[in-house]
Amino acid sequence: MMSRETIVNIGLALILLAIPFIAMQVGSPFYVTLATRMAILALAAVGLNLVLGLGGLVSFGHAAFFGVGGYAAGILASHAFSMQPLDLGFASVAGTNSMLAIWLVAMLAAGLLALFIGAISLRTSGVYFIMITLAFAQMTYYFAISWPAYGGEDGLSIFVRNQFPGINTMVPLSFFLLCYGVLMSVLVLFALIARSRFGTALQAARQNDVRVASVGIAPFRIRLAAFVISGMITALAGALYADLNRFVSPSMLSWHMSGEFIVLIILGGVARLFGPVAGAMMFVMVEYLLGGMTDRWQFFLGLALLAVVLFARGGLIGFLAGKARHG
Amino acid sequence: MAEPVLSIRNLCKSFGALKATEDVSIDLYPGEIHALIGPNGAGKSTLIHQIAGTLKADSGEIVFLGDRLNDLSVAERARRGLGRSFQVSSLATEFSALRNVMLAVQSVQGSSFRFFRPVTSDASLTEPARAALARVGLEDRANVPAAELSHGERRQLEIAIALALGSKAFLLDEPMAGMGPEGSKALTGFLSELRRQAPILLIEHDMDAVFALADRISVLVYGRVIATGTVDEIRTNPEVRRAYLGDE
Amino acid sequence: MSSALLIEQLLNGLQLGVMLFLMAAGLTLIFGVMGLINLAHGSLYMVGAFACAWVAAQTGSFWIGLVASLAAAAAMGAIVEIAIIRRLYKRDHLDQVLATFALILIFSEGTRWVFGSVPLYLNVPSQLAGFVTLPGGSRYQLYRLAIIGVGVAVALGLYLLISRTRLGMRIRAGESDREMIGALGVDIRTLYTIVFALGAALAGFAGAMVGALQSVQVGMGEPVLILAFVVIVIGGIGSIKGALVGAILVGLIDTMGRFLMPQVFSIFMGTSQAATAGAAVASMLIYLVMAVILAVRPQGLFAGAK
Repeated sequence: MMSRETIVNIGLALILLAIPFIAMQVGSPFYVTLATRMAILALAAVGLNLVLGLGGLVSFGHAAFFGVGGYAAGILASHAFSMQPLDLGFASVAGTNSMLAIWLVAMLAAGLLALFIGAISLRTSGVYFIMITLAFAQMTYYFAISWPAYGGEDGLSIFVRNQFPGINTMVPLSFFLLCYGVLMSVLVLFALIARSRFGTALQAARQNDVRVASVGIAPFRIRLAAFVISGMITALAGALYADLNRFVSPSMLSWHMSGEFIVLIILGGVARLFGPVAGAMMFVMVEYLLGGMTDRWQFFLGLALLAVVLFARGGLIGFLAGKARHG
Repeated sequence: MAEPVLSIRNLCKSFGALKATEDVSIDLYPGEIHALIGPNGAGKSTLIHQIAGTLKADSGEIVFLGDRLNDLSVAERARRGLGRSFQVSSLATEFSALRNVMLAVQSVQGSSFRFFRPVTSDASLTEPARAALARVGLEDRANVPAAELSHGERRQLEIAIALALGSKAFLLDEPMAGMGPEGSKALTGFLSELRRQAPILLIEHDMDAVFALADRISVLVYGRVIATGTVDEIRTNPEVRRAYLGDE
Repeated sequence: MSSALLIEQLLNGLQLGVMLFLMAAGLTLIFGVMGLINLAHGSLYMVGAFACAWVAAQTGSFWIGLVASLAAAAAMGAIVEIAIIRRLYKRDHLDQVLATFALILIFSEGTRWVFGSVPLYLNVPSQLAGFVTLPGGSRYQLYRLAIIGVGVAVALGLYLLISRTRLGMRIRAGESDREMIGALGVDIRTLYTIVFALGAALAGFAGAMVGALQSVQVGMGEPVLILAFVVIVIGGIGSIKGALVGAILVGLIDTMGRFLMPQVFSIFMGTSQAATAGAAVASMLIYLVMAVILAVRPQGLFAGAK
């Protein structure tokens, strides 16, 4: 028998899939872009949900990985466009406009960055962890601003959306389906991880890390691995986001972005498989509707968020599907 | 006499001016239950913390199966076979009893870096975990979240976890605490059996249980071991009576 | 490089450090006493700057503006504490982060609503408008020197407040044992409101003083907030002494890094390349220093009290 949460999840997946098709039917292609934005932000938040939801680690620095993914796409594409190889000092690499290659580079770069940030910040916990992840993300932000080679403060344009084999990515609906496919694949991965030995150890470390250590599993290594995987997923979302906007700028690295990812998870439901999806759908919708009504929409977003934190914990999935159950 | 499994030599630990552990030496031999008693604040739990690795000793040695443990992490000590139960139950409270034990089984089997196979359908994890639960009499409560278990059941679960770890020595910090007379009696019988699997360093306030179970007793007062001996030796030791039982 | 320029940069670093201390002291006090992480602390800095700039423009007096900044930030702090923050003390850090993040959105957009998007300008008071001649011959803004002096005075005052007064005793009791202080019959709710308002006033005061050096605009508190986080992470959360040492360290390293890094790099490469590489590395320098300190001492330099 399917649990209520599974039914809610399937419903959400179908609604997200349906939005762009309905949009095409009624002749409002703009909603295709909106749905793509939902899928990409959801993907970024799924990455964060791995450490925040399963691991209980409040990373306030995931914008760093999102931005690294975005810049990987932007930088490689700009080198492909200008046909100038990318000089790394020890080697020189040709640019590329193949999404697969870009995703690989984005995830590798973000994985290395996550390894560095995680190795330092995971030695601490609680408020320290929050502030240190925030500080390191800010470091990448200031670096992007002060490094002029790729646009500095002004950002970097991607003139032609990068290519994926067999798909015309310039067609909005095709690009949406690609992003949707990536999101669903990563959700499957997330569900597998949550039930695996690794996921068990990660969740147990959230509940009681002394217990985990005293059965002989070092929580640090589990958390570090989760942090790296999480950063890689968010970087993948960053690469897609850069392709969606055909533009990447330091704002992708800003701490508002990190805050937004956390907000998505809270709105949807912490540690719930589809929490980030529900959260991103709501957030993008509210942003769009409020933004259409008033320039001051962030003010009302703040009020709404405050109300959710103070009075409505559990998020949308919690509201629709009840409390989480563990095996 | 056989080699001790666990040997604590001249261990010292201070918190500022307070000497919580002062030159403590205790040996734990195969097959024995060695009880550690002493008034509140004598430093019994601090000692267990140092052995398990949650606190670092200032000086002295902890030797387990011939290896020095002092600089190893909690996790590493557990992997080498030190099984521990906590004074205040320490469990993954959202997980079921079964999944708490499975965590120990997965640790014994080696790597936790497996990302895809679901644990709940992995018989190599569930079978040993169920067996450990059955040994402590918790098989009917396997699917209940640890948070919803009774106090006594949580203590049993802690022991099931230590069993599943296949520990080569047990550090049990007040396993009887908060148990009713029935539970205490059952647990006493169980611990008496358990010593055949691996020796037990037992901290316990329930003197009936200590006198019924212990092969040897060490008495800790203000961080110092004032006496070590058999039950009868300790019962009649005048220094123990004075310091511990308040006899003048 | 002349020694006069070096001294000037050192003073700039000190001035930044002193301002960071005013921010970090409030943050660390609020965390130490109430266990709360407050992202909206930068908004209170902004409130102080706007209050000072607006009142100074209305009255023509910087000094009335400065008093207004203290009053406005303290009042805003007290209101926010009573209305929202006190509901968060028992919540986990995630809820605290989110709620105070929401407060930032509200404060920033609210300020834009009231004052518009155009920055306000605040002039250095005429009494402090001049320059002083430093040993070595260069001239240095008197106002910046005054900021350093005021900052040192506030640090001293804070030390006396906490170590010598009844309020300070209660704050220290609150840091070490929350149950105890209730048992002593101190009204915890009022104490918490006072501590929060005090932290807010310090932030607002800093904002007002810096407002005369930069433009007063929405978002001005955020870079300072993050630097203040770095300060208390380095110093050890909950330690005022750590906040002071960390603030001076961060102020000096950041300023000197921006000044010296391009020169260091010009040893290896051409001047224009060195300028970009140096600037890029300098922008990351304090975070790298933080990483090194944390690798050696994960709880910061002066942890241990907590």
